[in-house]
Amino acid sequence: MTALLEVDNLRVAYGKIEAVKGISFTVEAGEVVTLIGTNGAGKTTTLRTLSGLLTPTTGTIRFNGHPITGTPAHHIVALGLAHSPEGRHIFPRLTITENLQLGAFLRKDTTGITHDIHRAYELFPILGERAKQPAGTLSGGEQQMLAMGRALMSRPKLLMLDEPSMGLSPIMMRKIMDTIAELKASGTTILLVEQNAQAALSLADRGHVMEIGKIVLSGTGTDLLHDESVRKAYLGED
Amino acid sequence: MHELPQTLLSGLALGALYGLIAIGYTMVYGIVQLINFAHGEIVMIGGFGALTVRLWLPDSVPLAAALPLMLLGGAIASVAVATAAERFAYRPLRDAPRLAPLITAIGLSIALQQIIWAFYPDAKKSRGFPQFQGDAFELTGSIHLQRDDLFVLAAAPLCMLALGLFVAKSRTGRAMQATAQDPDTARLMGINTDRIIVIAFAIGGAFAAVAAVAQGLRAGQINFEMGFILGLKAFTAAVLGGIGNIYGAMLGGVVLGIAEAASTTYIQHIPGMQQLGGGGWKDVWAFVLLIVVLLVRPQGLLGERVADRA
Ligand SMILES: Nc1ncnc2c1ncn2[C@@H]1O[C@H](COP(=O)(O)OP(=O)(O)O)[C@@H](O)[C@H]1O
Ligand SMILES: [Mg+2]
Repeated sequence: MTALLEVDNLRVAYGKIEAVKGISFTVEAGEVVTLIGTNGAGKTTTLRTLSGLLTPTTGTIRFNGHPITGTPAHHIVALGLAHSPEGRHIFPRLTITENLQLGAFLRKDTTGITHDIHRAYELFPILGERAKQPAGTLSGGEQQMLAMGRALMSRPKLLMLDEPSMGLSPIMMRKIMDTIAELKASGTTILLVEQNAQAALSLADRGHVMEIGKIVLSGTGTDLLHDESVRKAYLGED
Repeated sequence: MHELPQTLLSGLALGALYGLIAIGYTMVYGIVQLINFAHGEIVMIGGFGALTVRLWLPDSVPLAAALPLMLLGGAIASVAVATAAERFAYRPLRDAPRLAPLITAIGLSIALQQIIWAFYPDAKKSRGFPQFQGDAFELTGSIHLQRDDLFVLAAAPLCMLALGLFVAKSRTGRAMQATAQDPDTARLMGINTDRIIVIAFAIGGAFAAVAAVAQGLRAGQINFEMGFILGLKAFTAAVLGGIGNIYGAMLGGVVLGIAEAASTTYIQHIPGMQQLGGGGWKDVWAFVLLIVVLLVRPQGLLGERVADRA
């Protein structure tokens, strides 16, 4: 049984500057895997490469058995890999409903799409209340909900979330993390990048710690949560 | 004051023509933040495409019947050149410094002009363009509608309506809005943004051909240099209306057209400014208007502030 996502020796550079320096990891179907690490470690670069926005210099990415290295982004989402980007990136001048519809851009099953939009509104009732408003009028937390709801609209096999709790109030952060836990419970496979290492590791089956472009430590969520170096570096203990 | 209605009507016709061309600048800018300075030549190519069709058709075919085919021929020529320019001149430079596509556009303009000059039969001077026969329509005693202006006054609203519906309602239109607001995220939705960019160039090309036919009808002639001043005026209109906004482009065109007509009619009556009125100065007044609007509203009449862009 091969993993849903297999990343092997991935290297990514911006011009001459290498941001990801040969990382390898896997995500099994049904798992939540987290990447943690300080700012600039290369987490966002990794996700953007997986979804096809960046092209790696070397390495291979296999998704659902297919090599997807070098496949354009708009084909990758069709294979079932959805990406909720860092900074949310909702379409500010389109309505909430239109944003969700764009998440299902490649789907043809109109009734299924309508059903999933209602499901998104059940998951995030505030989005349903504001359905006709431009998405740019939402608060940061609401925009995050929309970005997650939009990514789910493609019915992905793997959902990638980049810093979903960034810049949110503690209450909103809790709400987002609870939602991720709900998605996990319902069987969604998730690759989660988080600055809130405590929350991410508590939730994740497995985690990897990234430092300046490399994975320096891997383990189960629980192991990493109790690892002394992780506690020192990422959980604010000394 | 009795000239006012006539001035507005003439200005409206001229402005609608500018607006149709301005759409091409604004669509492309809205999606790739590129000013296609060769767009004036896309207009010119459309004019020669339409003329070619007219020359192919037997003389016995009346102009009204030939017009749809001329539009089709002009649009095929404009769209082909516009999309080829995107594919082979602009796309390779998408990540290059901003100056590179600009210089490319200027080179492309000169090349297109020279190709027509050198290879189109008898195009070294102006070539006659068919016009509708007969007098202007007399709307009231003092207001006349030129027959050849009727075309642009009908075509421009139809084109705008079609474009507005397409952008707002169709799946591709939605994808265009998404690409304009956030191209990388649009790709994450499964949108082929390269295709969207081609479509923006193609729509601009089709509108350019309609404008070229309108210009040919008005002037009774076209020439290889016609794109320069038309392009400059339409670019002004696009900026005036708020570049990136399709309704702004048409509004900017109409405001500019009316301002030009009004400057021709009225400024010569202002004491002390007699010599600044008249046709020769209208281009100057167009740019004065642009500068004044941009001082008050840097984003243009209907433009969003830059901060609103994703
Ligand atoms: N567009 C870019 N151009 C150049 N360098 C970049 C770009 N984006 C990120 N980087 C650099 O790549 C490295 C990794 O960044 P990033 O993947 O965003 O890290 P993280 O998401 O872990 O904070 C950093 O050193 C960052 O400065
Ligand atoms: Mg990041």
